[in-house]
Amino acid sequence: MRNILEEMRQRRLFFDGGTGSVLQAEGLKPGELPETWNVKRPEALIRLHRDYLEAGADIIKTNTFGANSLKYNENAEFDLKTIVKAAMKNARKAVEQAGKPAYVALDLGPTGKLLKPMGDLDFEDAVSLYREVAQIGAQEADLVLIETMSDSYEIKAAVLGVKEACSLPVFVTMVFDEKGKMLTGGTVESMAALLEGLKVDGIGVNCGLGPAQMIPIVRKLLEVTSLPVIVNPNAGLPRSENGKTVYDIDEEEFSERMREIADMGAVIVGGCCGTTPAHITKVVQKCREIPVVWPEKKGRTVVSSYCRAVEIGKDPVIIGERINPTGKSKFKQALRDHNMEYILREGLTQQEKGAHILDVNVGLPEIDEPAMMEEAVKELQSVVDLPLQLDTSDIQAMERGLRAYNGKPLINSVNGKEEVMDAVFPLAARYGGVVVALCLDEGGIPETAEGRLAIAEKIYRKAASYGIGPEDILIDGLCLTVSSDSKGALTTLETLRGVRDRLGGKTILGVSNISFGLPQRDNINAAFFTLALESGLSAAIINPNSEAMMGAYYSFRALMDLDPQCMDYIGVCGGQSAKPSGTEAPKPEAGSGEEACRAALYEAIVRGLKESAAQNASALLAGWECLRVINEVMIPALDYVGKGFEQGTIFLPQLLMSAEAAKAAFEVIKDRMQKTGQSQEKKGKIILATVKGDIHDIGKNIVKVLLENYSYDVIDLGRDVPPETIVSAAADSHIPLVGLSALMTTTVPSMEETIRQLRKETPWVKVMVGGAVLTKEYAETIGADRYCRDAMASVNYAEEVFGGGASGETSTE
Amino acid sequence: MEINRKEVFRYLGYGRTEPDSQIKDLAESCIAELEREAVPRAVSRVYPLILGQNGAIDGGCFQTVSRNLWKNLKDCTEIIVFAATLGTGADHLIRKYMQLEMSRAVVLQAAATAMLEDYCDELCREQQETCEKEGLYLRPRFSPGYGDFPLNVQEDILSALEAGKRIGIKLTDSLLMVPTKSVTAVMGVSPKPYRCDVKGCEACQKADCLYRR
Repeated sequence: MRNILEEMRQRRLFFDGGTGSVLQAEGLKPGELPETWNVKRPEALIRLHRDYLEAGADIIKTNTFGANSLKYNENAEFDLKTIVKAAMKNARKAVEQAGKPAYVALDLGPTGKLLKPMGDLDFEDAVSLYREVAQIGAQEADLVLIETMSDSYEIKAAVLGVKEACSLPVFVTMVFDEKGKMLTGGTVESMAALLEGLKVDGIGVNCGLGPAQMIPIVRKLLEVTSLPVIVNPNAGLPRSENGKTVYDIDEEEFSERMREIADMGAVIVGGCCGTTPAHITKVVQKCREIPVVWPEKKGRTVVSSYCRAVEIGKDPVIIGERINPTGKSKFKQALRDHNMEYILREGLTQQEKGAHILDVNVGLPEIDEPAMMEEAVKELQSVVDLPLQLDTSDIQAMERGLRAYNGKPLINSVNGKEEVMDAVFPLAARYGGVVVALCLDEGGIPETAEGRLAIAEKIYRKAASYGIGPEDILIDGLCLTVSSDSKGALTTLETLRGVRDRLGGKTILGVSNISFGLPQRDNINAAFFTLALESGLSAAIINPNSEAMMGAYYSFRALMDLDPQCMDYIGVCGGQSAKPSGTEAPKPEAGSGEEACRAALYEAIVRGLKESAAQNASALLAGWECLRVINEVMIPALDYVGKGFEQGTIFLPQLLMSAEAAKAAFEVIKDRMQKTGQSQEKKGKIILATVKGDIHDIGKNIVKVLLENYSYDVIDLGRDVPPETIVSAAADSHIPLVGLSALMTTTVPSMEETIRQLRKETPWVKVMVGGAVLTKEYAETIGADRYCRDAMASVNYAEEVFGGGASGETSTE
Repeated sequence: MEINRKEVFRYLGYGRTEPDSQIKDLAESCIAELEREAVPRAVSRVYPLILGQNGAIDGGCFQTVSRNLWKNLKDCTEIIVFAATLGTGADHLIRKYMQLEMSRAVVLQAAATAMLEDYCDELCREQQETCEKEGLYLRPRFSPGYGDFPLNVQEDILSALEAGKRIGIKLTDSLLMVPTKSVTAVMGVSPKPYRCDVKGCEACQKADCLYRR
């Protein structure tokens, strides 16, 4: 068998055109699954393939676009194996009949589902769906084409699934809109980074647009990728005519545009929706003689998130270091409690302060780091759109993080030790990533720059043996505190210059190590940071909340012609002296009386002013016991707001703002309690869940915020939760109260089933229910104990179940 | 498209009460953020319509029984089937603030709902103008799940419109659309004008609804 990866370098190859439109012309009915024709009408498929081969196509796509076990399973007319086997057979037969050498591409489209967290398909389930089809079809295929993809996470699942099933060449083509964005936000650059990291063999664009609209996208793609580019457009833009889709350009114009695209440097061209053998004939005629220009290696160092690419090059980037528990007792506690909010806030704050990438370190001796890394990566990427740097020395944690990550991450880290390189590089090769390489090995950290550069060279060589190029390595020249080695900084700077000038590589540094053990560390850090940048530092791991560091960064960029008209510098530093006060109430003045503080805290909670609530709580604690603050100020304020809400004088946003302000004050009180050895006792545990089948969780989350305010320990099981999960959670900790939410009429039966199972397995449990379609009567019919029309109603019912009493009962340990 | 502020506050339960300036500022800032992140997209097609007996409807790309819709489509010969969405950007934003700042999440949720409604109104107006030029009349839009129009037509409608591929609307196993800020609807096209007696809230049976106009 010839190898397509070799032949496509030497000769211009062509993809075939559309399948669906041709089958519709043959009589495929609306709603009829096209893949069933592989079995029912094999002759139609063979003819279709053969027509394309005769038109000059070299690669035919099997009729398996929608073939996966979600559609073809025991409930369907045909099972998956039958469908895929038949498709492969038809394609092979067509090649045989056409009597010319050609390639059969196993064609895989989107699953038809949206992945979690936006949808309900689990990432690993998506991987399995693709793996399954590839396992069936690979034997008869010459390559795999993953096409019409518009979600980066699904693309990653597809590529992993295929690569886990076979070793065929893999091409991926995606749908972009005219602005160059995918439906889930991916850009040409972010997708190129992801797919180069996953080591696919070809990358491209198909469907969605006609060739004319694709030209700017193809141009951008050719600019950023080192992979061969494939372009399969629709026959123009679609419009509806009498319920049928028609396209706006003819074969002549289509092929004219395709010639332009081939001239630009696309390696393989063909067609998608609306294109027919007539289109392909013309395209082949016009493009056959255009010589193939193989893409040059771009050597760009790029990491990506689902929607954003960050290039690490001449313009240095900031990696936020704050998601790291070292020396942070609150963070450690948050990790033990699986309190992701803490991590998310750290992430968002750093983004606001100007970080381009976030370091994620969740290593703590007493926790399951691999599971935590996966959880943290998934949570962070659902909220923050910056690329992540996975920071761990636990190989399992690294793999879990890499697998779950939606993009091409930074991998922190490898070093010159053989054992470490042999563990880390295979992961980087499989999942993609830019690897941070520390200049140390079995012999420790060399004292000289020469020694460190020698290790860097060793690491580059070893990486290359795993197919990882120098562009995917960032050398960490290491920086040791200058207080113990006065030449430490000089050695580091010399290493940076050496990597830049002699090795032509890129560098990274944890900058603040330099000042360890010294007073006023920001002074040393900022000065050293500027020196390091001047010596060629490409990426700096720093605390973006440090004004001194960010000041040094923006100044450097302004001085080095990296910030035209100093716009960034002015944008960041221009407004620093005039902080907006917004609606926050003024700070209590020094020496103002307790009564003033009390009134101000009460007011802050009622009006929902977070900062003021925290400040005044803190001021009041100077003279008052924690419990007194809670009972005499916080609770009355919350009650006032709650009553107002019930009476219709205060509305939902205000209720929640008050809750958030109270939470800020509670944080201050909690800190104080910890310092004085007290602990705040919770009133009891409550389970909250949105029932199976329902993905609306805003109502449930509102209830959660309020219950937590009233000192309940809420076990939030999330949304789309099966009855069994709720029952077992209730049974495990003998939970007295369960709150269930369902927004849709269609999901109320699932709520009813949950209640039925709870009654059977956990008869002591009280059940409160809420959601848009429920009424008091409806709730009674399905067996709930209480219908809660709003969030305050659930608080009131909880107080009833747990016997009320003053909030914030505390005990002194 | 100008998001209707009154509707945003109605979804937030304000009824006839005027929100204070703090909440108005919050709403403006949420709307601005939403307008940056949401990418409204829509797709529509025209199908022949056959109305049968006892509420039976053949809408070309779906068959169903719904007396409410049947009444709405009386005298129509064609239907425009459409799907519209704000995309994953809006969901992403709401999910983000659900983790961080619930008050902002509820306002964004309300603003997104209003934005989607406005977007659909705009699409309908465009369709109406086209129809009127041809001397035809357009019925108000009617969505699956509304009245007795069953939700199970979603699958047929979305697949006929290729809504997954073209604008990214997918269904969960329980037939809910994701991104959540998505709408499908049908609009009848008729040679006869139609007098719309009641629609929206006024047509709904749930008299104790918090959000009733």
